[in-house]
Amino acid sequence: MLLIHCPYCDKTLPEAEFTYAGEAHIARPADPSAVGDEAWRDFLFVRTNARGPHYERWRHSHGCGRFFNAVRDTVSDRILLTYKAGEPRPDLASLAGEKA
Amino acid sequence: MSAPARAEADAPLARAAAGAFRLAGRGRVDHASRVHVTFDGRSVTGLSGDTLASALLAHGIHLMGRSFKYHRPRGLVSAGSEEPNALVMTRRGPGRAEPNTRASMQEIYEGLAAESQNRWPSLGFDAGAVNDHLSPLIAAGFYYKTFMWPRAFWRRIYEPAIRTAAGLGRAPTELDADHYGARYHHCDLLVVGGGPAGLAAALTAARAGASVMIADEHAEMGGALLSTPAAEIDGVPAWDFLAATLAELKRLGAVVLPRTTAIGYFHQNMVGLAERVTDHLATPPEGAPRERLWRVRARRVVLAQGAIERPLVFPGNDRPGVMLAGAAATMLHRFGVLVGRRVAVLAAHDSAWHTAFDLADAGAEVSLIDVRPTVGAALESAAVTRSIAVRLAHTITATHGRLRLCAVDVAPLSGGAGERLPADCLLMSGGWTPSLHLFSHTRGSLVWDAGRETFLPGTTPEACTVAGAAAGAWGLGPALTEGTAAGAAAADAIGLSATASEHFVDHDTPGTGVPTPKLPKGRGKAFVDYQNDVTDKDIRLAVREGMRSIEHVKRYTTNGMATDQGKLSNINALSIAADALATPAPAVGLTTFRPPFTPTTFGALAGHHAGATFEVTRKTPIDPWAETAGAVFEPVSLWRRARYFPQGGETMDEAVARECRATREAVGLFDASTLGKIEVVGPDSAQFLHLMYTNPFMKLAVGRCRYGVLLGEDGFIRDDGVIARIDDTRYHVTTTTGGAPRVLAMMEDYLQTEWPHLKVWLTSTTEAWATIALNGPKAAEVLAPLVEGIDLAAFPHMSAATCRVAGIAARLMRMSFTGERGYEVNVDPRRAAELWDTLLAAGAPHGITPYGTETMHVLRAEKGFIIVGQDTDGTVTPDDAGLGWAIGKQKTDFVGRRSLSRPDMVTPWRRQLVGLLTEDPDLLLEEGAQIVADPSQPVPMRMIGHVTSSYRSATLGRTIALALVEGGRGRQGDTLHASLAEGTAPVRVCSPLFYDPDGTRMTQ
Amino acid sequence: MTHFSAFSLLKNALSANENWRPQWPAAEPKAEYDVVIVGAGGHGLGCAYYLAKEHGITKVAVIDKGWLGGGNTGRNTTIIRSNYLYDESARLYDHAVDLWEGLAQELNYNIMYSRRGVLMLAHTVHDVQSFQRHIHANRLNGVDNRWLTAAEAKAYCPPLNISPTARYPVMGAALQERAGTARHDAVAWGYARAASARGVDIIQNCPVTAIRRGPDGAVVGVDTAKGFIKAKKVAVSAAGNTSVVMGTADVRLPLESYPLQALVSEPVKPCFPCVVMSNTVHAYISQSNKGELVIGSGTDQYTSYSQRGGLALIEHTVAAIVEMFPVFSRMRMLRMWGGIVDVTPDRSAILGKTPVKGLYVNCGWGTGGFKATPGAAHVLAHTVARDEPHPINAPFTLERFTTGRLIDEAAAAAVAH
Repeated sequence: MLLIHCPYCDKTLPEAEFTYAGEAHIARPADPSAVGDEAWRDFLFVRTNARGPHYERWRHSHGCGRFFNAVRDTVSDRILLTYKAGEPRPDLASLAGEKA
Repeated sequence: MSAPARAEADAPLARAAAGAFRLAGRGRVDHASRVHVTFDGRSVTGLSGDTLASALLAHGIHLMGRSFKYHRPRGLVSAGSEEPNALVMTRRGPGRAEPNTRASMQEIYEGLAAESQNRWPSLGFDAGAVNDHLSPLIAAGFYYKTFMWPRAFWRRIYEPAIRTAAGLGRAPTELDADHYGARYHHCDLLVVGGGPAGLAAALTAARAGASVMIADEHAEMGGALLSTPAAEIDGVPAWDFLAATLAELKRLGAVVLPRTTAIGYFHQNMVGLAERVTDHLATPPEGAPRERLWRVRARRVVLAQGAIERPLVFPGNDRPGVMLAGAAATMLHRFGVLVGRRVAVLAAHDSAWHTAFDLADAGAEVSLIDVRPTVGAALESAAVTRSIAVRLAHTITATHGRLRLCAVDVAPLSGGAGERLPADCLLMSGGWTPSLHLFSHTRGSLVWDAGRETFLPGTTPEACTVAGAAAGAWGLGPALTEGTAAGAAAADAIGLSATASEHFVDHDTPGTGVPTPKLPKGRGKAFVDYQNDVTDKDIRLAVREGMRSIEHVKRYTTNGMATDQGKLSNINALSIAADALATPAPAVGLTTFRPPFTPTTFGALAGHHAGATFEVTRKTPIDPWAETAGAVFEPVSLWRRARYFPQGGETMDEAVARECRATREAVGLFDASTLGKIEVVGPDSAQFLHLMYTNPFMKLAVGRCRYGVLLGEDGFIRDDGVIARIDDTRYHVTTTTGGAPRVLAMMEDYLQTEWPHLKVWLTSTTEAWATIALNGPKAAEVLAPLVEGIDLAAFPHMSAATCRVAGIAARLMRMSFTGERGYEVNVDPRRAAELWDTLLAAGAPHGITPYGTETMHVLRAEKGFIIVGQDTDGTVTPDDAGLGWAIGKQKTDFVGRRSLSRPDMVTPWRRQLVGLLTEDPDLLLEEGAQIVADPSQPVPMRMIGHVTSSYRSATLGRTIALALVEGGRGRQGDTLHASLAEGTAPVRVCSPLFYDPDGTRMTQ
Repeated sequence: MTHFSAFSLLKNALSANENWRPQWPAAEPKAEYDVVIVGAGGHGLGCAYYLAKEHGITKVAVIDKGWLGGGNTGRNTTIIRSNYLYDESARLYDHAVDLWEGLAQELNYNIMYSRRGVLMLAHTVHDVQSFQRHIHANRLNGVDNRWLTAAEAKAYCPPLNISPTARYPVMGAALQERAGTARHDAVAWGYARAASARGVDIIQNCPVTAIRRGPDGAVVGVDTAKGFIKAKKVAVSAAGNTSVVMGTADVRLPLESYPLQALVSEPVKPCFPCVVMSNTVHAYISQSNKGELVIGSGTDQYTSYSQRGGLALIEHTVAAIVEMFPVFSRMRMLRMWGGIVDVTPDRSAILGKTPVKGLYVNCGWGTGGFKATPGAAHVLAHTVARDEPHPINAPFTLERFTTGRLIDEAAAAAVAH
């Protein structure tokens, strides 16, 4: 069971309080009707499935209820960083320190 | 006579009763307290503190089991949980039997009944032993090469024979009489292993103020200290040091858990512990769990699991009486049992010499054989002092005896003439393998130490340290030093300041060994994995056949797959495979250690999630009434719902027909409390619902309701429900019973991450409102006198209001899922039962009838109302379900809208919801029946649809069905064919609205 | 290749088993192959075997980053069945079962296909509806599957608890008698041995670092830890690692990799005659020929390549087994482990051509890949050899995610109301 830091509660809590919510930074097109079939497929289905640092969403479903983002190394399952929804995607270089 | 005096007086008697091999006054057992057990029906007297193994050995009983494949007679090899041979069935009354109990771990209690396994007719004479003589034919992997012809024989003859031969004990057949507990625990430091290193770590950290938990799988804490009573630590005898340490730990508030196995090391320092609470007691205390599973989250972990002694691989190394030297030391020092009178010792490590000395001192006649050409001078002189015969650079080439060792053949390693030594026991030591199982669970790296021919801990991503013998430190002194350092480091890491006190050990028995030499082949089998009967030849055969990875060797030979999971066998298999491949061991690899460390009871893992509490059962406030009324219930997601209310022996069909008629003709009462409810509040609520649902919501007036359809972004129906506008900024949203959490999560997702600019707040109100539905032509008559605050006569279909019903504050909605005039009264659940009773009483003159989910399903099907999840299945669009009207035509966006224009969503052959009428009005189709156009076509048939709902309609006096059929709306009036259990039946396609198609009954 | 038989066992027994030969030689990569297959699991090795046997293409290398059969082939719970709802799935899996039944003889390797029956338990009215839908569809498709009452299910599987007072009482079950289990390692070894005998090179412990494409976009070969290997056709059969491998060819897929755990009990004498699965209670169980109860359930909630899952899921899985079979409460879990399964949005495989010329993919099997092994390998070989799909795998395209023509077995079964 992972330990996850909720950036809203500012607490590190067990995974049982959280729900995984898929890859992060996949924005719903502002006007879906203007999007072609392939781009819409990419939005719906195509995922990075990164081996290594993975940007993903979690919800503190049995806590504050907020969705937030995390960078997790999918090889070690270690969460490198969590940040609030809407904050920009942190670049991996800045996580070098976090990983150590 | 005082108690000690009496014990002394009784000693000779006790000694005889407690076994001819019991040493008076020795060990940590209570010589005054006799315990009676049976083994294969034979009664055996042990002492309090004995394990089953020590009690049997005290009586000279070495034969305790039979091996898996060759049914060879086997005795105890080890004194710990790694024991591969002495596995027995244990029983303690009804519902308390279990197979494969390790005799080395099972503490005895009065009345314990143990039976040997995998033998027939008896342990002494086992017919299966014929396999032993066929061994060249049935070497590793033989079953992959045969049993293929004739083909039909596999299923009927070969496989049943293989299955019957396999397996050890017998699975229990009675319901478990015990229950199991569970606890969460958080601490600064968890120490796994209660030997010298673990105790030192725990004490050091506890003294620094850390909260400490320490667990050990044995009945007593102490580990190696228990087997080294002669050692003195800081001038105190080892056992006194142990007692003082435990007392201090207790004083400092540490949680000390004996009989507790750390089963696995999971992410971020979560360690699972399985505590055996009552298996050692003659009478389990009332209410006590048999085992308890601890999930411990520790800031730091010290792994001090010690080391496992390595057997030597030589011909005949499995005869009863051959055991690890360390096991003999444990038997002597902990249990006061001498494992044999004429003991041969085959050593590759100094530690076995110390055991030999202790046994000689205890009265055994000992011969020492060491594969090394030289050993330390101190050891040699100590042997001479005791007149122990020593043979260096020798090995054992054969052992003798049928059910018990009687002699061994000893020969120089260089070859040459050997000699036969009589021996009733042979101790072996190939050195020690650090126990790195939990470390390996962390994905920690292992580093090969070629000198000691073993793996040592490398780096790990978890916050843990390995100390003591597990890290390769031999002897009490180094273990205490390492443990102290690990405890201090753990304390430091969490911001405490620890003092690492030094310990001085006298009479320590540190030692060294050699990488195990390749011992000469002999005529007998040399076993690597005792339980699975894997020999050195099998390992070499696997390599010969191209199995070059240790994983392949393991899987081909089954080495390391026995109940000890390779604790004794992996390292020897690796050495042999590396030798056969002429490759360094690390290149062959080590199979990954998997949890659990030792086999863990299912019941302990399930914990309280068993029986009625397997999963929570959600019940509505009307549930107690329904139970009293004799309702038949059904599980719907986590809820239990009343399915129907049979009266006077009615069948389900009869009850449902009665409930349906009453609702259509008079009035029915229904508990709809399980429906999901979400309160949507805020100035942008209308816009939010407009974006979430297919329907338009911008213009829904206050006090009005609208049926809403919710799609996934893929365009398929996810949920539906009625949404009522309570006031300008407040909506009462209902969902399906099972869908409530999903819908709320989905709404939160869009609200928080796609449309965070919307000022909307969502609250689950499923359990804040109990919902009672009144349906039927007389519903208004029943309800009107009870309603305050609104005029029910001026309350049209699809209205909502806040009012009082029977004096209870309520949200009243007029809507219908039955096609009759319908009202749903939402009240505080604490007053729901009262409301239910009031409505029943008020409705009595009108023939009010409670109905369940089954009647609800029939009534709605007569109206063609879908149930999401029954008439839709996650591949159905609104148009497929005949809900095209529910899509706001002016809307440019809602969840799922874009997907509805994908190529496959607009093809004419999509399956559409229709009604079906069987030609035979009494024929009830099965839900799930398939629809074909041509029933005479050959298999595989082309299926064009399936039945989603099928009922006997009391209202229509016939059966009806709903179905999804390709291009169904264009087939109205066509005859198609529905599959039956056998064959098909003709059906006519019709509108899904079977009853009151204009809807006048519910709207007027 | 030494022919395996009782006679060969006897002959070798007389020479102390000293004369057995390697079942497949250790191969070093050649500079060029006609086809390179990435991933030496059952699917990849099987594809190589059928390429050689049925299409005469023997210049084939199967390359794996680890040891052959070490991925999901060697980590799954070995359940084989074909009672799927949709025509597309039923045909694919039934094709596999047809091949399973004769595979031991075909490969001259006893893969122990054990036709012991798979029982799928219905615990709710919804389950009954769903299973009946399967049974009807299966019968009309010629696929074995039938309904049992709770009492009949108990007769078929005596340890089953059918008490009406259970938290999830058994309302009945769907039984596919033709379904069963097989010995997973033997499948990989049998294909490896048979493919090897036909000239296929099996290269282990050699990670493929990139799929290389030429100026026209077509595949030209693969870069590996042992250098570049030329090949005009590359088939990727890499399960959980497919996204990573395909990413090197700039092909992005609708895939996510999840940890899937399984466990076995200590071995006991035969006590469990068939396979039982329950979607509602979330677990499945059978007993291996070695005597262990083999148990599995669903995936952990987050994507991962760690081959390591949490204890919570195992606890729930074991609780589910004890719910269905309370007599097993005192049995003990011997070992738990994890694999990485690649899951598509509709939980059906992607099996066929890709937008890149010469690149083929076989992935997305989720938790059901083992049962498909011979069928998938067979039609993949056809697709690679002819550069066009076999009719059986034609529906399992990548395009379906654009058009919406999904093959969503789980959606058809799993939505509760």
